[in-house]
Amino acid sequence: MIEPDLPTQWACFASGDSCLVLEFATVLSVAANRRAAWAARLLEQAWQAGRLRGVTDIVPGMVTVGVHYQQQAIALAGGDETPFQALERQIEEQLRKPPDDAPVPAQRIDIPVCYDGDFAPDLQQVAHACGLSSAELVARHTGHWLSVLMIGFAPGNPYIGLLDERLSPPRRDTPRTQVPRGSIGLANRQSVIYPVASPGGWHLIGRTPLTLFDAERQPPCLLRSGDEVRFVAIDAVTFERLAAQASP
Amino acid sequence: MSIEVIKPGLLTTVQDAGRAGYQHLGVPVNGPMDTLAFQVANLLVGNPLTCSALEVTLQGPTLRCQAHCLMAIAGADLGAQLNGVPLAPGQAVKVAAGSLLSFGRRVTGARAYIAVQGGFMVAPVLGSASTYRGGQLGGVDGRALRAGDRLAIHSCFRNAPRLTLPPAWLSGGVAEPDGVIRVIPGREWSCFTAQAQQALLDSTYCIGNDSERMGYRLRGQPLLLNAPLQLLSEAVPFGTIQVPADGQPIVLMADRQTTGGYPKIAHVASVDLPLLAQRLPGEPVRFALISLADAQRLAVDRARALQRAQATYA
Repeated sequence: MIEPDLPTQWACFASGDSCLVLEFATVLSVAANRRAAWAARLLEQAWQAGRLRGVTDIVPGMVTVGVHYQQQAIALAGGDETPFQALERQIEEQLRKPPDDAPVPAQRIDIPVCYDGDFAPDLQQVAHACGLSSAELVARHTGHWLSVLMIGFAPGNPYIGLLDERLSPPRRDTPRTQVPRGSIGLANRQSVIYPVASPGGWHLIGRTPLTLFDAERQPPCLLRSGDEVRFVAIDAVTFERLAAQASP
Repeated sequence: MSIEVIKPGLLTTVQDAGRAGYQHLGVPVNGPMDTLAFQVANLLVGNPLTCSALEVTLQGPTLRCQAHCLMAIAGADLGAQLNGVPLAPGQAVKVAAGSLLSFGRRVTGARAYIAVQGGFMVAPVLGSASTYRGGQLGGVDGRALRAGDRLAIHSCFRNAPRLTLPPAWLSGGVAEPDGVIRVIPGREWSCFTAQAQQALLDSTYCIGNDSERMGYRLRGQPLLLNAPLQLLSEAVPFGTIQVPADGQPIVLMADRQTTGGYPKIAHVASVDLPLLAQRLPGEPVRFALISLADAQRLAVDRARALQRAQATYA
């Protein structure tokens, strides 16, 4: 993650009585996403240092940061201040002041992907829909550093983007009821990686042998919002070898 | 010392206060559907408010206690019997080793909580004992209880704490089966038509059959937007009323995903989530608007009252 300038502009909203949302933009751009991811890391650092009492979760979205809190545990300044107003004030203070230390740094990780045969059931069809050959689609999908825009949908599931403008098919009309673990989905200039076998509506263009999420591992999640990843093409033999290494 | 599951019931899971702190990794919070009844069950046996308990749904389990314990049931009245003698919710009882807890016919509500002093000794996963069935983690192997499961508990000969709890807590959401559920306007409230805003507050919605711990699907007058809206996924809390394109609202419940991208017309006030959690598919729901400030005042008042009750024995 290239450190953006300190986020100076955001809007603050209540999302119910126990969640506050900071919004950094209303349309998706990598720049807005990075500002949100950076703010989330600054707030997480302040939270871990005990400066945001009552907060239970800090959740980066595409261009937002959601802050869940226990209403009774927020320190109030007095008067008629509500827990929401108090937390908004405390968050503002934390984001305006220079951080004591650098927040948790972003990682840069290569994601090995096999784009061959059964690993990529939708590759040919979706390449055709994008006006590309399969090889051209793979070439545009690999080799570039991309942002982890968000983790959501399932534990450890990253939304990765923004991809080449040509890689912008809509999602499948009919979602699959079962998508294999490690599948790489493609839609709307983004990719997801299914951490476990699950239903899914994205076009499947490859599969990675990496373990995205493991509750027993520390940290449990391979990727976080704001990390950078690069897809690297591997063959089926390499896939099987890496998969054997990954599973105990 | 343990409790043995003879019959599992319809859906019986281990839940504690929830898996906070991992939503940024896409891990749902889980935890009890009716937080108030869950906390009251723990209060009755002298536990911390966050101790693990069993959440029982509609048809209760049959459990054999292989140890002396102090036990309480709170929330729905699902026809519990201890050794064949009716056991009403809202009280703690000393249970002798070898006793059988069973459930008969449902009387009121949807979800009951069984607490034992000391809680159930379930190894926490990511800091919580709560069952996450979708991710197959927490609780007992990340699943609902099955016949033959054994849950370790502490053997206990202590008495119940002397408490005077508000009657409304003891019957929980069950007390007001027709009660209006209070909501706060959502982030996209003003993107909905005036008719939609009015329909949400003036008409009656029905809880759909496909409602469960993840979300309650409501059926009723469709809630339409002034103009199509493409939203970017963001964090969503318990009680969010989101509206997909068909206009039929979905209330996000305890097993909700961490992020959502549908327009949010409103959020159920935290204090009224227990009311909703005790309603069944087919039952009606009506909503009324309150301000964020009022919702927060009510939530803080209740949390403080629960903490005061706990302080009498903790």
